[in-house]
Formats: sequence, structure tokens, C-alpha cells
Amino acid sequence: MGAPAPILLHVDETMSTIQASAGRRRTRRRGTRLQRRQTRLAWMMLAPALAVVAFVAIYPLGQTIYQSFTNQQFLAGIEPTRFVGLENYREVVRDSFFRDAVVVTIKFTVITVLFEFVLGMIIALVVNSGFKGRGVMRAVMLVPWAIPTVISAQMWKWMYDDVFGVLNDGLMRLHIISEPVAWISQPSTALWAVAAVDIWKTTPFVALLLLAGLQVIPSELYEAADVDGVSKWHQFWRITMPLLQPAILVTLIFRTLDALRVFDIFYVFFGSRLDTQTMAVYDQNTIVSIGDVGYGAAVSVAIFLIIGLFVVIYVTFMRVEQQ
Amino acid sequence: MSTVAERALRAEARPRIRRRVRRRRVRRFVRRLPFYALIALIFFYAVFPFYWAIRSAFTPDGDLFRTPVQYVPTDPTLTNFREVLSSGEFQRALLNSTIVAGSVTLMALAIGALAGYALGRFRFRGRSATLYLMLSMTTFPQIAILGALYTMINRFGLFNSLGALIFSYMIFTLPFTVWVLTSFMRALPRDLEEAAYVDGASPLQTFYRVMLPLVAPGLVTAGLLAFIAAWNEFLYALSFTQTTDKHTVPVAITTFTGKSGSTFQIPWGQIMAATVVVTLPLIVATLVLQRRILAGLTAGAVKG
Repeated sequence: MGAPAPILLHVDETMSTIQASAGRRRTRRRGTRLQRRQTRLAWMMLAPALAVVAFVAIYPLGQTIYQSFTNQQFLAGIEPTRFVGLENYREVVRDSFFRDAVVVTIKFTVITVLFEFVLGMIIALVVNSGFKGRGVMRAVMLVPWAIPTVISAQMWKWMYDDVFGVLNDGLMRLHIISEPVAWISQPSTALWAVAAVDIWKTTPFVALLLLAGLQVIPSELYEAADVDGVSKWHQFWRITMPLLQPAILVTLIFRTLDALRVFDIFYVFFGSRLDTQTMAVYDQNTIVSIGDVGYGAAVSVAIFLIIGLFVVIYVTFMRVEQQ
Repeated sequence: MSTVAERALRAEARPRIRRRVRRRRVRRFVRRLPFYALIALIFFYAVFPFYWAIRSAFTPDGDLFRTPVQYVPTDPTLTNFREVLSSGEFQRALLNSTIVAGSVTLMALAIGALAGYALGRFRFRGRSATLYLMLSMTTFPQIAILGALYTMINRFGLFNSLGALIFSYMIFTLPFTVWVLTSFMRALPRDLEEAAYVDGASPLQTFYRVMLPLVAPGLVTAGLLAFIAAWNEFLYALSFTQTTDKHTVPVAITTFTGKSGSTFQIPWGQIMAATVVVTLPLIVATLVLQRRILAGLTAGAVKG
């Protein structure tokens, strides 16, 4: 099963320089058999994992694509399931609710990724500068990441409460606002209110990822720059940023993909309020509450494509930068 | 060699030097003041919401729903905790979450360790393709297969059961576990494995007698991450369960109506008490195991 792996080819090459061809043939045959046995064993050990992935991810993905061309309803018997061609997709393109959801999701993504990146960068630099208590700081930073999103959403929802919430009270005491603001129900602040929760929860995580990248930059570079009298500001742009680039891109990709599929915070804050639902909330509502599986599948595919588009943008950007 | 004159000179210089050092220290402190202020601000931003949850949990309802807001509870109470912990709904949710997250973790570890061993220690064709498959699965948007999973789960008669959650949670725990364990397996030295082969151990024996104990730290890391992910999951838990006796903690926390709370006022005191109860073990676990978690997260993200 399968050809010999590179390492064995390499062994064969060195062997071929040896004159004793009889010995060589024996070695190779034994090597190949061992290799073959190892390959078989490797696939056997991989089989459960591959079976699970196929069953929980790949089959459902195929199923979703298939469903998106049908009018399948969750409650069978309302209407027999039949093939409707591109009808669902045509409707997705016309669907103004979905369009609004896409806009909300992208706005949310841009706001949160931007703030999380800038704040995360500041925090990472602060922690990396090596002040006392940096170990504590690093441990504390993990905490918001570990707690369930739903729970952090509830904590903030209570702080946002328009009558008894601490945010209104605190801001009024500081004379920043003169009367209570309904942060969540008011459309102009709603998106910022959810974004603040996500930023609170995820910035430390972004900082940790960037910190891991910062720690592998050799300190000699900064020392040399110091000797040459390069300002800290220039050091940041000329040494830190270029060397941190791989970590930055990976972090941005992970965060963007996460933000695009956001569900929990929006659901807790708004339920399926029409002006502030994300793509995921709209889709979940279509499939589970309404039971329109076929149309929901088409929405799923659309979400998948939108997320894929972002991945393509990032990857091309990365390629261009590397050249 | 120091003469008397030199010594006298140095003695005279000492306070001056000391003064200069002190002045420099003060100046440095002042210059670093914005820096410390920034740290304080970050710390406040990170910690205040927790403080607020805790203070709300200890505040009796009478004080909770009154203005002006009390920043420290004047007469702290345990009533909220007592009510939450005695509520059958919440107990049930804790049990359900433990069952689901526990089984998901064990399954992901068992299947993932085998796969990680194969991917980390063997060379064969299709290895890197499999690794890429696993990596792409870790960023798989769960919403994209919600409908298909929903119909599958109904077909299997698993709707509104914990089995549905255990089944569907494999999608985001297994690929990640495989990825983390592969990187741990790959980091192990070759000699031990070879020594085991020389001693006549079969590959499977080598796997669970030699390699598995050696990657125990990796198992803890991957297991912890899988457990946290499963414990925190909301979308599938909300979609695939219906009745309160099947709710996990995140779903219960959003639908919690309280035992004696009035129907008009959300029982924030009790919700915050529940929040504290659920969050505390997670905070302790992360603080204790932070190194492990960081190792796993960076294996999953930075090396990717």
C-alpha cells in the first residue's frame, strides 16, 4: 500500500553507492516490507479519526449542499421534499434580511478584529517588556478566554441594564452621560455594545498569541538597534512588525473566521431581533425555529462561501507580502 | 591599593552618589508612570466584570434593583447561591454539561492519540494531506452544517438527547486534539521508540506502553482544551435539545428564570451566582494549568 516514503528513498540512494548489490537488495526488501507494514498500521490508527471526521463533518457538508437544492422542511408531511434547482439561491440573493445580517456580521467583524488586534498588540508589548508580575498578568489574561461566551454575555448584559446597570451609573457619576442609555435596545449603540463584550473576551487571547510571536524575536536585534541609537518607535516598525508578521497574520485569520460565525453573544443580547442578527443567528433561526431546512442549507452555503472569500483574501495578501 | 586620601574622597562622594541614584530612580518611576497606569487600566478592564458578577451574586435582590447602584454590597447574602444550587434545573444542567464534556473529551483523546501517533511518528503517503484535512477542520464553521446535522440527528432519533451533543461536538474537538497531539508526538525523541522495538515490542505496545505515558502532558493539554470547548458550546446545545432536563450550562444560563424570582424581573442575582459557580472551577483550572493551555494553543495556532 503506497510507495516508499522520502526517508527510505534517501536510504536507498546512499545504499546504491555501496558495491555489494546482494546485501543491498536484501536491505531494501526488508525496509520496504517494514515500511509497508508501518503504512498499513498508520492508516489503521488513523481510521477512527477519519471515520469520525467523515461522518460528522464531510458527510453533513455534502448533505447541506444537497439540501440547498431542495425545498426540504423539518416537519415532513407539510410538503413532499423535491428538487427545486437554484430557487433557494435566487431567494438568498434577494433576501433583504440575510443581506442585513451579512452587513451586521461584517461590521462586527471589522470592529472587533481591529480593536482586538490593536489592544492585543499593546498588551502583548507591555507584558513582553518584562515588568514585575508579568507571570500573574499572563495567567489573568487567560481567564476571559476560558469562561463560556454565553456567561460573559450575561455578565455584560447585566452591566448594560438601563435602570440598574453599573455602566450607566458609573458614567453618570463621572458626568460622561447625563441620563441612562439603553445600550442594548437602542439601534445606534447595540452593535458597539456586543462588540465591547467580544473585545473584552478575546483581546487577552489575541495578546497571548502575539506574545508567543514576540518572544521568539531575538533580543540581540534590539540591543544592536539600541547601540546604533535607533528610537523605540522605529525599532517597533522596523524590527518588531516585520518579524511578527507570520504571528499577526495567523492571529488575524483565526479571529476573522471566528468573528464571521459569531452566534452566542448576539443570541443572548438580541434573540433574533431583525435589525441586529448575524448570519449565524439568521441561519439557525431559519433552520431550527422555522424548520426551513432547504432554504437554511442555501444560507449555510452562502455563509461558507463568504467565509471562504475572506480566507482567500488573507491568503493572497500573505502571498503578496511574502514576495 | 587605596590611600587614606582616596578613601576620604570616596566617603565624601557616597551621599552624593546615593542622592543621584535616588533621583534617577524617581525620574525613572515618573517616566514609567503612564506605563503603570496602562497596566492598571488593562487589569481593571479585565477584572471588573468578574468583580461585578461576584458583587451582584452576593447582593440581596432588594439592594440589587435599586438606584443608586451599590458598588460594594452593604449586607452580603448567600441567598442567591443557595437558590441557584438548590434549583433542579441548574443541578441538572451542571450534570449534563459534565457528562457531555467528559465523554467528548475522553473520546477525542482516545481517537486523537491514535491518530496523533500515526501522524507524528510514521512517514507514509497521505500523511500531510491528512494533517491539512485536520487543520482545515479546526476552522470549520459549525453553522455551515447545522441543518444537515439537525436532520441526521432526527433520523437517528437522537434529538433532545445528550447523545446528539456528544456526537456533534466531535467536529470541533477531534481535529484540534489530533493536531495538538501530533505536534506533541513529533517532539518525542526517536531513541525510546527504537529501544522498545529492539526489545521486541509491537508497534501497538510501543504506542500505549512507551509513547502514551510520555505524551501525558500533551493529553492533559489537549483534553483540557477539548473539555473547555465542549463545556462552553452553545449553538448546537441550543439547537439539538429542547426540554430543560437536557439543557447544558450555557443554555440553562440563558433561559434561567429562577425559583422565586418574579416573572417581570430577570433574576440577575441568581444568574450572577450561577455565573460565579460555573466560572470558578474554570478560572482555577486555567490558572493552575496555564502553561499547558498556552502550549496547546500555540501548537494549534502559531505553528499552524
